[in-house]
Amino acid sequence: MVEFNLPAGSDPVVGKTFKAPSGAKNVKVFKIYRYDPDSGNNPQIDTFEIDLDECGPMILDALIKIKNEIDATLTFRRSCREGICGSCAMNIDGTNTLACLKPIADVKGEVHIYPLPHMPVIKDLVPDLNLPYAQLRSVEPWMQADTPAPANQERLQSIEEREQLDGLWECILCFSCQTSCPSYWWNSDKYLGPAVLLQAYRWIADSRDEATGKRLDYLDDPFKVYRCHTIMNCTNTCPKGLNPGKAIAEIKKLQLQRQ
Amino acid sequence: MKMQSHLGRARNLGASRSGVGPWWIQRLTSIALVPLSLWFIFSVIGLLGADYAAYQAWAGNVVNATLMSLFIVITFHHAQQGVCEVIHDYVHNKTTLYTSMILVKFLATVLAIACLISILKVAFGG
Repeated sequence: MVEFNLPAGSDPVVGKTFKAPSGAKNVKVFKIYRYDPDSGNNPQIDTFEIDLDECGPMILDALIKIKNEIDATLTFRRSCREGICGSCAMNIDGTNTLACLKPIADVKGEVHIYPLPHMPVIKDLVPDLNLPYAQLRSVEPWMQADTPAPANQERLQSIEEREQLDGLWECILCFSCQTSCPSYWWNSDKYLGPAVLLQAYRWIADSRDEATGKRLDYLDDPFKVYRCHTIMNCTNTCPKGLNPGKAIAEIKKLQLQRQ
Repeated sequence: MKMQSHLGRARNLGASRSGVGPWWIQRLTSIALVPLSLWFIFSVIGLLGADYAAYQAWAGNVVNATLMSLFIVITFHHAQQGVCEVIHDYVHNKTTLYTSMILVKFLATVLAIACLISILKVAFGG
């Protein structure tokens, strides 16, 4: 059966508290999930009091401040700090999003920060994303065409054909949607998940690609696509404002169309 | 101990090529059940307080008997498909999965046949 309880040793316990410096006037409390696989202990929720007058405006700024000034062992992924690389995806205030795009001011009260849900945790806020990356690889997210490319120029698309890719190419593969999906939580080994299916549709919708039939064949499966029950957490949580639910619906429509 | 690669796990057994069919049937049956359910509710309200003879006359009408039979077949098909979806979502043990799926389908078939025979029996004056 599906697991409704956390596995043994996974229940977070109360961790350390790091007080704000004396004299701090604009204090915000951050409660952050910590897990060290080498310790053998349960995960813990550490409390950090941050003086917002001495901190940048985004959640990522606070995390970097904590790492630089309070606890250098805090572990998280980050790179571009402008919502393009997708590294800093995590669960903030109950919603998966990018720490670099989430203003601290948007969170009322304490800020609760956890890793992306229902993934194995490597350390602190770093989830193991090997499986979704392999699932992405399985849909072969690159252009496949038997027709040779025109000599000395790229493969052309009309403006209308190019417009079909809008809302798809912008995906940065942060997996916020993937890990917000209950269907993916229960069947992550068989259901491809919203991020991977959006990528699959990105190539199905590409007029230059000639492998549409093969791609639809691979997806015509009760688990790979049809575990999607249009819960729409994916669309609600996407930090880039994309609609993976619609992309999945388009795949279903195309599969029906060729019946 | 499983040492299969992540890509091997992701590709698994490939696609069964049976995804879109059941999904489409489930949509069709749900759409069909909207007018049929309304018709059934209004029919039951219309028969409130009726005696057996009145009900027999109602069921003896070809249109009513046909719609009632359709309602039964579509309802049980839709119901067993929905329950099997839930089982697929939450039950991962293969033995439990297949046993419960077979039981659900068998139960739905038996109940549907029993309902159909009852309708025919009343309609033909049993």
